[in-house]
Amino acid sequence: MTVAPTLLWSSVGKGDTLPVLSYPVTATTVVLGAMASRDWRPMHHDKDFAVQHNGLRDIFLNTPNQAAWFERYVTDWTGPHGRLGRVTFRMKGSVFPGDTMELHSVVDDTAIDEVSCGWAELSVVLRVADEEKTTAAVRVALPVDEADNPWRRRGDQWRP
Amino acid sequence: MTGGTTVPAEIEALVGMAQYEQVGEFPVERGYIWTTCASVENGNPLFWDEEVAEEVTGGPIAPPTMVSVWFRPHHWAPGRSAPHLPLQVHFDLKERLGLPEAVMTDNTIVFHEPVRPGDRLRTHQVLRSVSEEKTTKLGTGRFWVIDVEYRNQRHELVAVESYTGFGYRRGAQ
Repeated sequence: MTVAPTLLWSSVGKGDTLPVLSYPVTATTVVLGAMASRDWRPMHHDKDFAVQHNGLRDIFLNTPNQAAWFERYVTDWTGPHGRLGRVTFRMKGSVFPGDTMELHSVVDDTAIDEVSCGWAELSVVLRVADEEKTTAAVRVALPVDEADNPWRRRGDQWRP
Repeated sequence: MTGGTTVPAEIEALVGMAQYEQVGEFPVERGYIWTTCASVENGNPLFWDEEVAEEVTGGPIAPPTMVSVWFRPHHWAPGRSAPHLPLQVHFDLKERLGLPEAVMTDNTIVFHEPVRPGDRLRTHQVLRSVSEEKTTKLGTGRFWVIDVEYRNQRHELVAVESYTGFGYRRGAQ
């Protein structure tokens, strides 16, 4: 079996946009995400606590699960050969049940590093309506040709 | 709690020190990988298709962004006396600085060797900085940066996370 790369570095350019991902968030989304990341804090499953203690309108998505959403969004685009190097998240607001979250992204830059690894630098934004809730700067490695595979890089050949 | 703006000396002394070295309570396991993928509807075949995983990543791996999950303990374990908190340095700072509330503002994760089912990860935390007191819309408190370094049982670096937290008192507190 040979798995062909979904997306090659050479086919990506600065200014490219990724397909938008839209998802209706429910209480189940929030609780499932918190439990999947072993986050037992009550503001991610107990609405009374979130309202009375945190002063928020409801339970809200936790950070580790948002990271999982961002990863899924980027690797939906890259396919399995895409290898995350670095992600920086900035949390600006909470995402609640009833929100429809949208993930948007643009390619800020592309480069080949000193060890011939191909990189794309992305700005990813999680929005609800027109409000930015979380932003992420993502550095992801892509195969430079059909025979390349960033996952084979180890040691000083991997410079995330 | 002095309420002053300088960083207490006993906190300053912790900056740069490796703290809370620990080995994960349980090995990396596929059940949680699938639960996490299901929670975000992640269909990446690396996590679902053995043949793709074998060819592309040399066998199954965990989603890279799950790295911190392997250190969040189960809600209960036999013989565990005190609640076990991940990112203990963060909770120490809240306690020692008298700041009852906290949020994480920035979080950077740098990924190295893939994490694989069966790995037993180890970690330590390093406080990098603590700010003077600042007032934001949440309240008055301090920002701090904590690094968490993760290695596998072969001592290979798998990831480094940097967290920026803001510990604060709400207006009435």
